[in-house]
Amino acid sequence: MKALRRIGYAAAATLLVFVSVFPLLYAISSSLKTRTGLFSPELIPAEPTLANYVSLFREQPFAHNLLNSLLVAGGVVALSLVLSLMAAWALGRVSFRGRGALLMTILAASMFPQVAVLSGMFELVRWLGLYDHLGALLIADLMLTLPFTVWVLVTFMRQLPKELEEAAAMDGVGPLTLVFRIFMPLLWPAVVATGLLAFIAAWNEFLFALTFTLSTEQRTVPVAIALISGSSSFELPWGALMAASVIVTLPLVLLVLLFQRLIVSGLTQGAVKG
Amino acid sequence: MELTHTATGVTPDGSPVPAARAGLSAQRRRRAWWMLAPMLVVLAAVAGWPLLRTIFFSLTDAHLSSPERWQFIWLENYIGRYGLVLDPAWWGAVGNTLVFALLSVTLETLLGLGVALLINQPSRVRTLLRAAMLVPWAIPTVVSAKMWSWMLHDQFGVVNHYLLQWGLIHTPIAWTADPSLAMFAIVLVDVWKTTPFMALLILAALQMVPADCYEAARVDGVPAFTVFRRITLPLIAPGIAVAMVFRMLDALRVFDLIYVMTSNSRDTRSMSVFVREQLIDFQQTGYGSAAATLLFFTIAAITIVAMRVLRSREADA
Repeated sequence: MKALRRIGYAAAATLLVFVSVFPLLYAISSSLKTRTGLFSPELIPAEPTLANYVSLFREQPFAHNLLNSLLVAGGVVALSLVLSLMAAWALGRVSFRGRGALLMTILAASMFPQVAVLSGMFELVRWLGLYDHLGALLIADLMLTLPFTVWVLVTFMRQLPKELEEAAAMDGVGPLTLVFRIFMPLLWPAVVATGLLAFIAAWNEFLFALTFTLSTEQRTVPVAIALISGSSSFELPWGALMAASVIVTLPLVLLVLLFQRLIVSGLTQGAVKG
Repeated sequence: MELTHTATGVTPDGSPVPAARAGLSAQRRRRAWWMLAPMLVVLAAVAGWPLLRTIFFSLTDAHLSSPERWQFIWLENYIGRYGLVLDPAWWGAVGNTLVFALLSVTLETLLGLGVALLINQPSRVRTLLRAAMLVPWAIPTVVSAKMWSWMLHDQFGVVNHYLLQWGLIHTPIAWTADPSLAMFAIVLVDVWKTTPFMALLILAALQMVPADCYEAARVDGVPAFTVFRRITLPLIAPGIAVAMVFRMLDALRVFDLIYVMTSNSRDTRSMSVFVREQLIDFQQTGYGSAAATLLFFTIAAITIVAMRVLRSREADA
């Protein structure tokens, strides 16, 4: 009976690891194959080559796209963190009339389907003169990140001891100093977790990026990958496509694995206790 | 000494000084609003205002190419002769979205529960399992759509290759091009990518079950399956319900996966894909906004009902 259980566990565990990791391994393998090598499905490429990676940077503006994604995601993280740290202090540590309703409204905003704001956002973007400009994405993505960064940081900020704030108040410290000089260093695991989740959300964002940018130079990586095309519309450059996929995915996978404990706590704080 | 006490509004034994405290907390509340203001302004500008504009546009015949020229046509976009209610393409999208949401959320919950139970077993490889499980979750949706499109490629795909080799099929299958299979392929990729999220939430619920519950059952010699059915499942059910609601709301607005795998194909088009096609490709700001508004209110209604149900369950327990 016990042996049977162990075999069952081993089989389930192997299956889980295989199913989770195989597609990524296969993408890496495909990205290292030659044009003809792509037609055979073995995992270890017969004649490995970096040609797909080279063509990605030579024939497509992929370096540009990567930079765009970094700029947008970095900017979105910075803006979301500053705005939501300030708000989280007010929502988490000060009791005022309407606080509960405000928190529910913010939670409700995280349920908005992106397409529900699309035409209004399009108008806003055009009015600001940001159509086909990265700035449009910087603004639009805040709609995705702000509700949950606020929500997660509020739950973390509530856990800080009251005495700390009383001591600070005695020294006549204003709320900005309190939040950024005293609380933030204490909250850094929560800030890193929240920041990472916001980074992932902005890095992966597709619908706004697809709609608000037009020229290839302004595209972020997900749009570039989705719209990559070969010499004819029937023949997609699968090798280059997989190379691009690997480049955007590996840093993300490494980040997630490195910070998995923090991210898991951030995710579950936001969802389970919310 | 006396001075600091009045300044903080607290007497040495910790009880508040009424007058000073009232002034102080009024100041604190004012400061709170100032700290909130930037976030509220930004959120209103990027979420509230665009949503209101979308609802407004849905009552007009606005066109994307000439946004200044529009007329009120009130509910024509909804119930008029060319309105959504009579548009088979819209109902097709509604049907696709429901099929996708129900199938994927059901499968993800069952598999997520399985994975969570597996990872919850004390074992030396547990950390490795959790790390491996997080890999699909970390991969951008667009990328997983492309990765799977390649694996499911009808001619050179690795899936068809092995299915043929093992004699499970005799001719290659066009997973994403065949209308009857495309939705199945999309659900498969979504399940692969999102089961980790479900598993994480269920795992968090599992770890909150007090250990003495299991201890008592073990002492009494209750079989493992009964323990699971009678102790674990009822205790984690609220956690699972919350996770399912979150996933359901997410699944109802699915866009990236379907757009990348099958583009605007009628057989798999979701409500979000339909809206974007109307708004951007056909430039029908009014009509597209009406569809977007319907999607918004559907999701809002489900959210409110779900919150009510969860609240009342919590109150009962």
